[in-house]
Amino acid sequence: MSTFRSHVWSSVGKKMITGLTGLLLVGFVAVHLLGNLTLFIPDRGHAFNAYAYFLEHAVHGWLILAFEAGLLAVFGFHIVSAVTVAWTDKRKARPVGYALVRNAGGKSRKGLPSTSMIVTGLTLAVFVVLHVKMFKFADHPSVVYDGKEMKDLYAVVVAAFKQPLIAGLYVAVMGMLGFHLRHGFWSAFQSLGWNNDRAIVVLEGLARVVAVLFAAGFLALPLYILFFVDPSVSGGHR
Amino acid sequence: MSEMTIHLKIWRQARGAAKGNFETYTVEKVLPEMSFLETLDLLNEKLTRQGQQPVEFDSDCREGICGTCGLVIKGTAHGPNPKTTTCEVRMRHFRDGETITVEPFRAGPFPILKDLVVDRTAFDRIQQQGGFVSANTGSAPDGNAVPIPKIDADKAMDAASCIGCGACVAACPNASASLFVSAKISQLSYLPQGGPERGRRALLMIGQMDREGFGDCSNHGECEAVCPKEISIENIARMRREYFKGALGGHDRKAASGD
Ligand code: HEM
Ligand code: FES
Repeated sequence: MSTFRSHVWSSVGKKMITGLTGLLLVGFVAVHLLGNLTLFIPDRGHAFNAYAYFLEHAVHGWLILAFEAGLLAVFGFHIVSAVTVAWTDKRKARPVGYALVRNAGGKSRKGLPSTSMIVTGLTLAVFVVLHVKMFKFADHPSVVYDGKEMKDLYAVVVAAFKQPLIAGLYVAVMGMLGFHLRHGFWSAFQSLGWNNDRAIVVLEGLARVVAVLFAAGFLALPLYILFFVDPSVSGGHR
Repeated sequence: MSEMTIHLKIWRQARGAAKGNFETYTVEKVLPEMSFLETLDLLNEKLTRQGQQPVEFDSDCREGICGTCGLVIKGTAHGPNPKTTTCEVRMRHFRDGETITVEPFRAGPFPILKDLVVDRTAFDRIQQQGGFVSANTGSAPDGNAVPIPKIDADKAMDAASCIGCGACVAACPNASASLFVSAKISQLSYLPQGGPERGRRALLMIGQMDREGFGDCSNHGECEAVCPKEISIENIARMRREYFKGALGGHDRKAASGD
């Protein structure tokens, strides 16, 4: 009859993978956002650099590698299953399209956030690659705190966001992250079967909150650095 | 009543043809209280008189209960009004002189037979995989002998109101049949009679849905908005739970233990 593999890669299985990996990514991104908040402290990046140092050293070497491998796998599964759902299978299932399509409105949840998931998602994929290249694999100057030498990641971040073009691109992509989560957040619960007529009201409301919080939290940072961080004043912030 | 002139931009496709095209026709003396299908009837009488092929479309009961009719009217499955079938669409919803685009339900698994008629037997094949309960024949058991909580009975009834028209597929940007299949699976999952075959049912019906070539569900919820019977997408969440438990063997083990 049916095999484990055919269950996992069925229409329902693909959605469960998309939803589960999507929620894991939300969790990761939430922790990332909390870490970034240390950049708002006017201490010339001490707290931020110390936090980055902690992530790299306090957790044992192999553990961080395992975590990074896991994260890469989560991104990988999310991209493959989501693109299959929202692009490959979608194309196959309707070879000839409509001349005219109008949204039905009413109880429909179809809108720009839901129909642009593939665009916002693929933009995020390109972004993540560039982002990791720009910050993780950059040449970091070093800084010494209390006799301990650390990477000055703060300097790299400030140098990047002092460029209006980079800050502007970040703002745009983080806006897209908000859009992705406006539909994605509640949709993930629906995909995992954790939804019903009453829960959907709460989940949709939460999706709005999560979308705004994540987008605002991430896009505030480049703008803050662009306009308010000034390494020449004491504390580094104007 | 004021008569209207309506222009219809209709998809025409010959039987067996791989391709079709739009033709625009004008129908005069359309009354606002006429149904949309009566306007097509009027057009067909005119075409027949002129010796042209009438526009083929499906309908049967013409009172919104059988699920036979189904057109995409002005870009929306079953027309611009919610909670109605194509046969319930009235001409008062359109303006005098308006051009109305009329298309068939489009999906790979719903091949066009002719003009606006599509083959929806894919739904039947899905149903045959498990949209039923197996019962020994004999005299019907007393209805009250099997107690069912009111809320479950109501939810089962809501799901059972699906008439299998296929508008959910037509409206879905992904051409997914999830709302239809979820209504059929949910309906039986709420009732004790559906219990013994619960896990297998979800696996087999969803397996068939995928083999037919329907798309996957992106949770746009457009299906619920066009559904003439207002089937809720909560059934899709329930279907996914049923599938998950079925894949793990949960339901069948439970049924086997008589729980
Ligand atoms: C890295 C590149 C990414 C790509 C290509 C991508 C693509 C997609 C696509 C196409 C969908 C819609 C799937 C569908 O139609 O059902 C989706 C859903 C989703 N995405 Fe992403 N995404 C990416 C990154 C992210 C990130 C970073 C997050 C979290 C912060 C995220 C969270 C979600 C969630 C929660 C869903 C909803 C899952 C569901 O409907 O079950 N995605 N993604
Ligand atoms: S013809 Fe029966 S529902 Fe429309």
